[in-house]
Amino acid sequence: MDMINVKINGIAVSVPKGSTILEAARKAGVEIPTLCFMKEKNEIGACRICVVEANEGRGFRIVTSCVYPVSEGMEVLTNSEKIQKARKTTLELILSTHDKKCLSCSRSTNCELQKLCRDYGVEDSAFEGFKPHYELDYSTPHLVRDNNKCILCRRCVAACREQYVSVIGANDRGIDTNIGQAFNLSLNNTPCISCGQCTVVCPTGALTERDDTDKIWAALADPTKKVIVQTAPSVRATLGECFGMPIGTNVEGKMAAALRRMGFHKVFDTDFSADLTIVEEANELVERIKNGGVLPMITSCSPGWVKFCEFYYPDLLSHLSTCKSPQQMMGAVIKTYWAEKNGVDPKDIVSVSVMPCTAKKFEIGRDDQSTAGVPDVDIAITTRELGRMIERAGIDFVNLPDEEFDNPLSEDTGAAVIFGATGGVMEAAVRTANAWLNGATTAIDLEAVRGTKGLKEATVNVAGTDLKLAVASGAAAAKYVMDQLKAGNPNGWGFIEIMGCPGGCVNGGGQPIQPQHVRDTVDLKAVRAKVLYDQDKNMPLRMSHESPAIKMIYSEWFDGFGGPKAHHALHTSYTPRKKYRRD
Amino acid sequence: MKSLSELQAIKDRVRDTVLPPAGKAETRVVVGMATCGIAAGATPVLDALVEGTKNLENVTVSKTGCVGICQYEPVVEIFEPGKDKVTYVKMDAEKAARVIEEHLKGGKVVEDFLLSNEKGEKTALKDTAFYKPQQRVVLRNCGLIDPENIEEYIAMDGYAALGKVLTEMTPEQVIEEIKKSGLRGRGGGGFPTGVKWGLCAPNKAPQKYVVCNADEGDPGAFMDRSVLEGDPHCIIEAMTIAGYAIGATKGYVYVRAEYPIAVDHLQKAIEQAHEYGLLGKDIFGSGFEFELYIRLGAGAFVCGEETALMTSIEGNRGEPRPRPPYPAVKGLYDSPTIENNVETFANVPQIILRGADWFASMGTEKSKGTKVFALGGKIKNTGLVEIPMGTTLHDIIDKIGGGIPNGKKFKAAQTGGPSGGCIPAKLIDTEVDYDNLIAIGCMMGSGGLIVMDEDNCMVDMAKFFLEFTVDESCGKCTPCRVGTKRLLEILDKITAGKGTLEDVDRLEQLCYYIKQNSLCGLGQTAPNPVLATLKFFREEYIAHVVDKKCPAGVCKDLLTYTIDKDKCIGCGLCSRNCPVSTIHKTDYVAEGHKLPSYEIDPEKCIKCGVCMQNCKFGAISKQ
Amino acid sequence: MKKKISKLPFRGTAEQEAQLKKVIDELKHDKSNLMVVMQKAQDIYGYLPFEVQEMISEGMEVPLEKIYGVATFYAQFSLSPKGKYNISVCLGTACYVKGSGPIFEKLSEKLGIGADECTADGKFSLNACRCIGACGLAPVMTVNDEVYGRLTVDDIDTILEKYKD
Repeated sequence: MDMINVKINGIAVSVPKGSTILEAARKAGVEIPTLCFMKEKNEIGACRICVVEANEGRGFRIVTSCVYPVSEGMEVLTNSEKIQKARKTTLELILSTHDKKCLSCSRSTNCELQKLCRDYGVEDSAFEGFKPHYELDYSTPHLVRDNNKCILCRRCVAACREQYVSVIGANDRGIDTNIGQAFNLSLNNTPCISCGQCTVVCPTGALTERDDTDKIWAALADPTKKVIVQTAPSVRATLGECFGMPIGTNVEGKMAAALRRMGFHKVFDTDFSADLTIVEEANELVERIKNGGVLPMITSCSPGWVKFCEFYYPDLLSHLSTCKSPQQMMGAVIKTYWAEKNGVDPKDIVSVSVMPCTAKKFEIGRDDQSTAGVPDVDIAITTRELGRMIERAGIDFVNLPDEEFDNPLSEDTGAAVIFGATGGVMEAAVRTANAWLNGATTAIDLEAVRGTKGLKEATVNVAGTDLKLAVASGAAAAKYVMDQLKAGNPNGWGFIEIMGCPGGCVNGGGQPIQPQHVRDTVDLKAVRAKVLYDQDKNMPLRMSHESPAIKMIYSEWFDGFGGPKAHHALHTSYTPRKKYRRD
Repeated sequence: MKSLSELQAIKDRVRDTVLPPAGKAETRVVVGMATCGIAAGATPVLDALVEGTKNLENVTVSKTGCVGICQYEPVVEIFEPGKDKVTYVKMDAEKAARVIEEHLKGGKVVEDFLLSNEKGEKTALKDTAFYKPQQRVVLRNCGLIDPENIEEYIAMDGYAALGKVLTEMTPEQVIEEIKKSGLRGRGGGGFPTGVKWGLCAPNKAPQKYVVCNADEGDPGAFMDRSVLEGDPHCIIEAMTIAGYAIGATKGYVYVRAEYPIAVDHLQKAIEQAHEYGLLGKDIFGSGFEFELYIRLGAGAFVCGEETALMTSIEGNRGEPRPRPPYPAVKGLYDSPTIENNVETFANVPQIILRGADWFASMGTEKSKGTKVFALGGKIKNTGLVEIPMGTTLHDIIDKIGGGIPNGKKFKAAQTGGPSGGCIPAKLIDTEVDYDNLIAIGCMMGSGGLIVMDEDNCMVDMAKFFLEFTVDESCGKCTPCRVGTKRLLEILDKITAGKGTLEDVDRLEQLCYYIKQNSLCGLGQTAPNPVLATLKFFREEYIAHVVDKKCPAGVCKDLLTYTIDKDKCIGCGLCSRNCPVSTIHKTDYVAEGHKLPSYEIDPEKCIKCGVCMQNCKFGAISKQ
Repeated sequence: MKKKISKLPFRGTAEQEAQLKKVIDELKHDKSNLMVVMQKAQDIYGYLPFEVQEMISEGMEVPLEKIYGVATFYAQFSLSPKGKYNISVCLGTACYVKGSGPIFEKLSEKLGIGADECTADGKFSLNACRCIGACGLAPVMTVNDEVYGRLTVDDIDTILEKYKD
């Protein structure tokens, strides 16, 4: 490879030809601030924070380091007085159109703009004058858009475009430029799939999850309520990031302890219902194959994906498994099985879920998700909200001793744990199918569907025939898969796993926010997924159907697989959605 | 078109009808039917001439482009065999009837409708001070040929350069010739055209593109419109030559949608070029093929920036992209692309035909050839002029432009539109070329040249251009989106009399910041009108902030209207016309007057100036 | 300035829709034709309301938001219908220097509408435009395709009178 030698603040460094100044600086251990830049996703050079002085033999000039390629012998100054002044002015100009309400912002202390303003010692009213005012968009259950905090970096636009949704984009121009929906429609009148990827990339508080924590505090304070919580498989892999722990730390035990200390009556693990999902889904697949049902069957755990399908591929909804997601199955079991066993009126239960996902907030309000006549799940919060609740509760999370979840609705297998990564549901399903149909007694590792690629394929032999599998994560990959189905399924897939977010739940829209320079340099999807695969490796049981809790619930409660009671509690329906609606 | 001889045959056949030589019987009447002509009422003139000459033998009437004397439109010119052409100006249908009777039928020139020189003597266009110093390379066919007739273009050596390139030259030779000519981009920056082509040519790609920037957005500039309307084929020819030089087979012309006639003429020209085999496959039997497409702009000044223009052709918001990568490497549809503006392309066929040395013989050391300027503002002769690079501003304004009207004093000339700066009166001897203008903090821009006199406030002018930039900022990068708005607000403050000296300093600092930190050329040059006026007219800024006065009497908030009580005869006309009833009778009766004088309540006055317009006795003044 | 979104009801005809469908069918093979389609749609409907942009979105398979983003970027795309007579006053440099500002103000006052607005009776709409290239005739305004040059404020009444019907 051709290497280019440059000097960054006097530090000699050699980088591959075609590298940018930013990349060279990172190699030299020099961090250059960025705001709009997202590696390979948003290389637009718009915010001008990353400017540096570069000399290519014709004297120093100000250039944009995030996109400017290095050249042999180039000298770069990343922090000269001129550059510091320029960045400070840029920040002050950004602030002049910003509402500066840091005190009430959920991104305070985790805001890329706030950090830079502090670093550069900006005056918060250096420039005064016209400041656009925007109404907040509270129209959806999953997120809040506050354009008064928007810095027009367009990272959200890139994230939304990457999801093939593009419901938000830049509108108008000049000082009036704003990120918004067509015709200023409210977000709930657009085909937003609620994935929340925009909230993860927003450097400020312009796009945040809708905060539902106050509802939980109120329920916890209500003596007439039994507040029961479940946590999704991927949350244990990421929650530690909210407390400064290294990315890739498994905090399952601390999380259970923290939830108990906050006063939840029961702390359950969604892993239980993930195993339940596998058993139900495997059963449904076998039924479809046997009875000539619609194939390929596609998983339906991801509410972002389900909504995507309802908006963009309404003709193909019959491919979706009718199984509810693990969150909803758990909610249904809590309000039926658990309620009856413990003599509690389902109406007195407040069912809370902690999810990696903003779309889960939408999912709890879907039709056909109220097994006991009340919603299966009452409040869904994201990993980030749980992090804030733990802080508010004054819990020293990092030093908390590990505790166990409550049983029996937390007993799990390795198959459930890996649900949090793309390919995990498929691998779990294959393990059970392999056991049921091929008589296997140990769990297989299906390496072909692991990893962070958007689309993965594998073939497994089940009962003498080859079953072709596809695994897609991210709506872009989902779109590809669905277009293939429209084109007659040339690859002959029989079973497909689709997750709405790239990388699956570990990279969900409700996961802790890492600043962009970390996202550019660490493969979050892979590091977080490794936590789950490591846990799976060491589990005594690694196939869903082996779970004693699963065996118990089918024999004690559901009267065997595929019975009407199970169908009522664990299955749902889908509906085509109109993309745009005018109020 | 398979050979040069075919082309020559057309030329031989048509040339005499365009410029009838002695001994021919044909008389050719042309009517300037460019946008300016039509706006001035050329259509009824044309109709009258066509109607009135239909029974005349040997007279043809045709449309042509703009000859450049916009203020004299509608213009009719008569080419008689072997004679100098006759130019009739400010025509209408009745005057046309007289021309038919007296000139075309009677053989006698109608003196009344001719141009006059500065002494008031009737004169031919070529002898006017306006026209004499011009050297028409770019505009050579404008106002001469019928732009909708490819054969007339061919008659004037059209497509001969393309023929020469495709049959005699290698692509490298073409680029070398353009390099040698010293031609620089006429769109603003002045980048050497041959170098640009040379950077693109070696890049290997399945598809390359030639793009013509005809998104002429500088307010006050209309040379590109004139070329497209009056001589569209020369752009087609030049772009095809460029395509051959860099190895591109497709080209796009991005034209402002505000130029419907230009678009129409270009569209027709492309169709004709196809018909004659001058576009499409195997041009001149060389195996070379070239296709040309038109894309219309939709009203965004920033699309004049090359990367924004390409983004727009691709069907997006016309937002610029960071450079590098430069378009020569990664341009339109991510393919190697060259982009030049209309005027740049218009020079290319002539350079090929007449040689790089001929072209380089015009102009200054580093700025070769001619430049077309659109003269406007406070100047007697407005219109399009094409003059050699290096002509002094003095010659342009006083000789060609005829000086400042109404006996006012020249204050400054603005070039480069919202990206440019101004040249003050004290630098009137500047030889106008790329480098001299840059040296004084100005820029050539696309060629708009707006003349200002003592009645123009320079702070107001800076504000005017900044308002434009703020309106046209694409909003992508922070310095331009927010910074220019803040600049404008500081200027607003200053012109409202609320500014301080600190504001002037802040203004200047912010200007330099925006220049250095903006993403594209629009932002990088947006502060130029402010910086240039600060440099040459700082005292006007100081007057606004310290004395709270606008020396030119333009900035409303700083004006006071007063009535000279000794001149006021007490007629009351001002009071009756005052829209806010703020002019009242006093007790004072001046000597020799019968009625008491009036006075203005400065608190309530909205400074509309109606009183001053109405006073017949010059008793009201503003300060 | 942000584009004004018209609240007037959409009155598109089946014929217009057929015209637009034809345009889309001809051009949808290449998504970079989006602006061309939008320009033709505006020629057909006079403006680009929600209903029209939605048709383009479906036909071209381009997200509606992208179309809206393009429509609000370029000055010539309109989200409000044009009046029977659309008046454009040139506020380019040459015209401005020669006093087109007061002419615009006078029109605005006479018609009782601001820039990019249409009178209630649908007769007149008013907008300020960039240089139309007729600087020699400054100041200039156009009423539909009719150009009026070398204007003074006093000419306005006479000109408006011509468009009484």
